[in-house]
Amino acid sequence: MAEDFNHELLCVLSGFGGQGLLFAGKVMANTGLLDGRHVSWMPSYGPEMRGGTANCSVSLSDEAIGTPFITKPTAVIAMNQPSVEKFGPTIVSGGTMVIDSTLAMNGAEGVDLADGVNVFAFKATEMAEEAGLKGLANIICLGKLWAETHFCTRETLDAALAKCVPPSKQHLLEPNRKALQMGIDL
Amino acid sequence: MADNTKAAEERVLMKGNEVLAEAAMRAGCRFFFGYPITPQTELAAYMAKRLPKIGGTFLQAESEVAAINMVYGAGAAGARVMTSSSSPGVSLKSEGASYMAGADVPGVIVNVMRGGPGLGGIQPSQSDYFQATRALGHGDYFMPVLAPSTVQEMADLIYLAFDLADEYRTPTMILADGMIGQMMEPVSLPPARDPKTLPTKPWATAGHKGERAHNVINSLYLSPEKLEDTNRERFERYEKIRATQQRQELMMCDDAEIVVVAFGAASRIARTAVRDARAKGIKAGLLRPITLWPYPTDAIDKVIDNGAKRFLSVELNMGQMVEDVRLAVAGRASVDFYGRTGGVLPTPEEVLAQIEALAEGRPVAPSAGGSATGSVLPAPIDRKSSYERGE
Repeated sequence: MAEDFNHELLCVLSGFGGQGLLFAGKVMANTGLLDGRHVSWMPSYGPEMRGGTANCSVSLSDEAIGTPFITKPTAVIAMNQPSVEKFGPTIVSGGTMVIDSTLAMNGAEGVDLADGVNVFAFKATEMAEEAGLKGLANIICLGKLWAETHFCTRETLDAALAKCVPPSKQHLLEPNRKALQMGIDL
Repeated sequence: MADNTKAAEERVLMKGNEVLAEAAMRAGCRFFFGYPITPQTELAAYMAKRLPKIGGTFLQAESEVAAINMVYGAGAAGARVMTSSSSPGVSLKSEGASYMAGADVPGVIVNVMRGGPGLGGIQPSQSDYFQATRALGHGDYFMPVLAPSTVQEMADLIYLAFDLADEYRTPTMILADGMIGQMMEPVSLPPARDPKTLPTKPWATAGHKGERAHNVINSLYLSPEKLEDTNRERFERYEKIRATQQRQELMMCDDAEIVVVAFGAASRIARTAVRDARAKGIKAGLLRPITLWPYPTDAIDKVIDNGAKRFLSVELNMGQMVEDVRLAVAGRASVDFYGRTGGVLPTPEEVLAQIEALAEGRPVAPSAGGSATGSVLPAPIDRKSSYERGE
């Protein structure tokens, strides 16, 4: 396996239901599938999915994965304020946090973060709408997280995205690609 | 665990519940009767979409009671058949399961457990262990109970469940939980079998075509002697199952002094905790029962022979499997329990803290208090660590 990517990523993706965090998590999980790594994708289910912190935990590892529920993530994508507040304090030292500050307007302000957590806050939803990519803020955030953590190779990331856009929605592949690139270029 | 030695293209990323459905069809299941309930609904939804396309029958019954009796009927006619539900729904199936056991009718029952009792909650739990392993319904019977801990095992074990059910003419249970049901992991699906190629069932009530005497499928025996005979015969089969079908996974048990025993979702958490304990120099291991009935007592004997001195049963309930651990250990080592209930999952750190306590000779707390008051039921005397009892 190439040495140019991170060998263990424990990521929580969280936001309001409908923001596409479970989909972004599936793209991430599929990178592990394509590379023959150990992968788990665990969604929250039940009332949480209708409230403020609909989330999924994605583990990518070269080792067999124990619990699929991540209590100490190395990375978090948070697309609303409750998610920042709930998962921010759980990130390990040196971890990465990507925040969509369109809705999470306070960013990580006042959140008790471990030392050396790298926070990247930007208005992903607003950017997506301005670029004609409404609904793809999730993919912009994914692009940024990849650029900061290199959880797989770029080739694998592109292939996983293409794999996750269903045949019936092929017209959405190009906008998804654009959104991904936008996040990577941030 | 997921096998990443398989070529990537052979693996697909699927939800545990969907894998149960897909692998059941590949095992030759052509009849599914069920009723929706969280967190197993994806299984029925997948069956509804796919089963009719391969010539099978999917039927959403009017209730769980109806569904299990349809399973009884299709199983009696020789079909590979299954039903699935989650905890409260499985209770409703208990009468039908007992009839199937009493009439020696094979079939697969899936329980994707959630918190209880009553309607309980919808988050992952293992509080139906007693129900599954001590007989789901009334009467003198057991059934094989298989406990998957990965999405891959969802496929492998339901495939096996149909074979065990047919071979021993018994209902067979897959005891999963909301975690394994809802999560996605890579899986290599087993090959599809044509039901026509499966062993024939000469006992089935599928029409005698004038070529033999008619078969009778029945669980009613009004003569006590006849009923005793059928029960004895069934228990001879159970002995064969006990002797040949115990399954477990051992991780780091060769030199383990502290052995964590956990199945299904709890074993995932325990696996992380055991690895962390090893990193701290504690000789810990994981014994993961794959068959809950028959319980892998032979494996427990073996790890004791290898030097295990302390067992810790980690469960998503208030302490059920720990009784089977105690029966298997039979006083030769200390047995403690740690669990969370109601859909709360312990963190690997919580389990690690218990392993460390055992390693240092401190008492194990049977459960962390999750409520505002922080109180849990007082530990019964026999749950105290062996150290406290001065053993």
